[in-house]
Amino acid sequence: MILSRREALWIGFGGLAAAALPGKAVMASTVDELTAAFTGGAAAGEGGITLTAPEIAENGNTVPIEVSAPGAVSVMLLAAGNPEPAVATFNFGPAAADQRAATRIRLAQTQDVIALAKMGDGSIVKAQTTVKVTIGGCGG
Amino acid sequence: MITRREFIQVAMATSALVGASGFGTWSRVSAQQALTQDQLLQFDDFGNVTLIHVTDIHAQLKPIYFREPEINIGVGDAKGKVPHVTGAEFQKMFGIAPGSADAYALSYPDFEALARGYGRMGGMDRVATVVKAIRAARPDSILLDGGDTWHGSMTSFLTKGQDMVNVMNALGVDAMTSHWEWTYGTERVKEIVETQLKFPFLGANIFDVEWDEPAFEPYKIFERGGQRIGVIGQAFPYMPIANPKWMFPEYSFGIREERMQQVVDELRAEGVDLVVVLSHNGFDVDKKMGGRVKGIDVILSGHTHDAVPEPVLIGETILIATGSNGKFVSRVDLDVRDGKMMGFRHKLIPIFSDVITPDADMAALIDAERAPFQAQLEEKIGTTESLLYRRGNFNGSWDDLICDAIRTERDVQIALSPGVRWGTTLLPGDAITREDVHNVTSMTYGAVYRTEMTGETLRTVLEDVADNIFNTDPYYQQGGDMVRVGGLAYAIDVSKPMGQRIGAMALADTGEAIEPAKSYTVAGWASVNEGTEGPQIWDVVESHIRKIGTVRLQPNTSVTVTGV
Repeated sequence: MILSRREALWIGFGGLAAAALPGKAVMASTVDELTAAFTGGAAAGEGGITLTAPEIAENGNTVPIEVSAPGAVSVMLLAAGNPEPAVATFNFGPAAADQRAATRIRLAQTQDVIALAKMGDGSIVKAQTTVKVTIGGCGG
Repeated sequence: MITRREFIQVAMATSALVGASGFGTWSRVSAQQALTQDQLLQFDDFGNVTLIHVTDIHAQLKPIYFREPEINIGVGDAKGKVPHVTGAEFQKMFGIAPGSADAYALSYPDFEALARGYGRMGGMDRVATVVKAIRAARPDSILLDGGDTWHGSMTSFLTKGQDMVNVMNALGVDAMTSHWEWTYGTERVKEIVETQLKFPFLGANIFDVEWDEPAFEPYKIFERGGQRIGVIGQAFPYMPIANPKWMFPEYSFGIREERMQQVVDELRAEGVDLVVVLSHNGFDVDKKMGGRVKGIDVILSGHTHDAVPEPVLIGETILIATGSNGKFVSRVDLDVRDGKMMGFRHKLIPIFSDVITPDADMAALIDAERAPFQAQLEEKIGTTESLLYRRGNFNGSWDDLICDAIRTERDVQIALSPGVRWGTTLLPGDAITREDVHNVTSMTYGAVYRTEMTGETLRTVLEDVADNIFNTDPYYQQGGDMVRVGGLAYAIDVSKPMGQRIGAMALADTGEAIEPAKSYTVAGWASVNEGTEGPQIWDVVESHIRKIGTVRLQPNTSVTVTGV
């Protein structure tokens, strides 16, 4: 499964390391497995993380997603309804001007997009939103 | 804080007229004796700022009939609230007497009888009279157009919106926002905006696709009555989903709540005294947005065609909905002081075309716009013995006629017709002219495709559209009605979640169950796909009506609705 991440824009500069994606050989992991691996089992809190996505995708092949989590050292994006839920993990180094990343992702169908952020103190925060992928038409 | 609301006053437009009448006994003479232009325009000036709102005119230059919906189901928090209250319940909610002028203008009961008594509504020459009268009383008024202005008639189609652009320029609009305007394509929109419009085309939520940057003016600041008023435009959020995105591939839309907050904050930082959002979100989306974005004083709501006689209060924001097709003009007087809205007075003015004197200049302009097409417009195609209307969550009688036309002319088992909310009404006995057919079909992507679909695909289509209306979160609603069907019967439970609303499906003629794996012949129009081929829908409908001569429709019982 190759992820069709058509485009990635990094907002901010300096300490943003890379987006780590699972290789082709890796079998698709579930959202729970990916979450557990990222959080180390810590419970996710709310607040301190903003996930911006359209409510209804204009084009399911390239859906703009932005996540902002001030103070985060790492942010993981998941698309819960894709065959391969892992989208990207953004790591922020100490020189990062702000902890914010924007990318465009492919969504196979209507589903929840999840963002998890690991803070400097190791705590985890989570944001989630539903993005609808529709066949369109019939707008009044 | 709540002292901001020193004052709330709304006036029922025709409240002096309380008609009590049985069905069918209204005569035009009694209606006209009871209603006067002065009474419709009566308004005690209030405060220091006046907003005038028109929206969703759908290119109706001449007076029309427009039957308000009988079925307009609200789900989730919207259940039982305006605009999801219709008929007798609606009349009761607003203290409107059955059979009164307000009942006719705002609700559907006794529509045919009342229409014969009170006559057609709207007409941009009458709207011009009302606008001029308000401006005479309040020279500093701001006239705002919520969009869906350039589309919906044969003349607007043939002139690519030019007739409406000329009329709205002459009316002296101060700013507009957009939806169907975009179906003329990017190039035409830009041509009009850049070289013809005498006022700004606002859209804070219109972004450039490539760079994801704002592409149009988000707002305009007006200095009126000693106050600075920021007007933000919000175009239809689901433009590239509900309408063909290949016609305007350069732009992205969306609700973009965080962008709206940012723009409101920018205006507040700029020191404006009042923040107005001129919106094409649709009523329920505006209601949600108004409760989440802080700092908006007034939302002028469009898109879902709701005529709501009183402002709806969301915290300290007022939401005004002005109906459609030129039937109404809203006047909103505001008391703005020290950067705050201290109070308001509002009137939804119904445009009774037989009561309001046409403005002579505007009437002449409209005649001139129509003159080149007069013979085509007025050609009689047939006659109807049935009331023909569209608006409502499920098939209207016009849709039944259109679906009949598609099935017979394209020889298919099943017809699909879009659940758009525009489309004017004809009374039993009326001639059907070519213009009337265009009023319910006009569009730039009207080709009638013919294809095969499996039962499973048909179910997916119905589920998909149903979620665009009955999702309990307004932000996931697109603001149209349910796709109309011909030859297909189905059950729908509107209370169920996405993907589970559609129940049993059958061929309506035989009652034979639709099988998921079996293919059926299907034709429809308004496909959002590029390169759709087929005859234009108005030609298909015209051909059908000519063959049958007189339209007589049986009540449609093919959709079974539960979960209301």
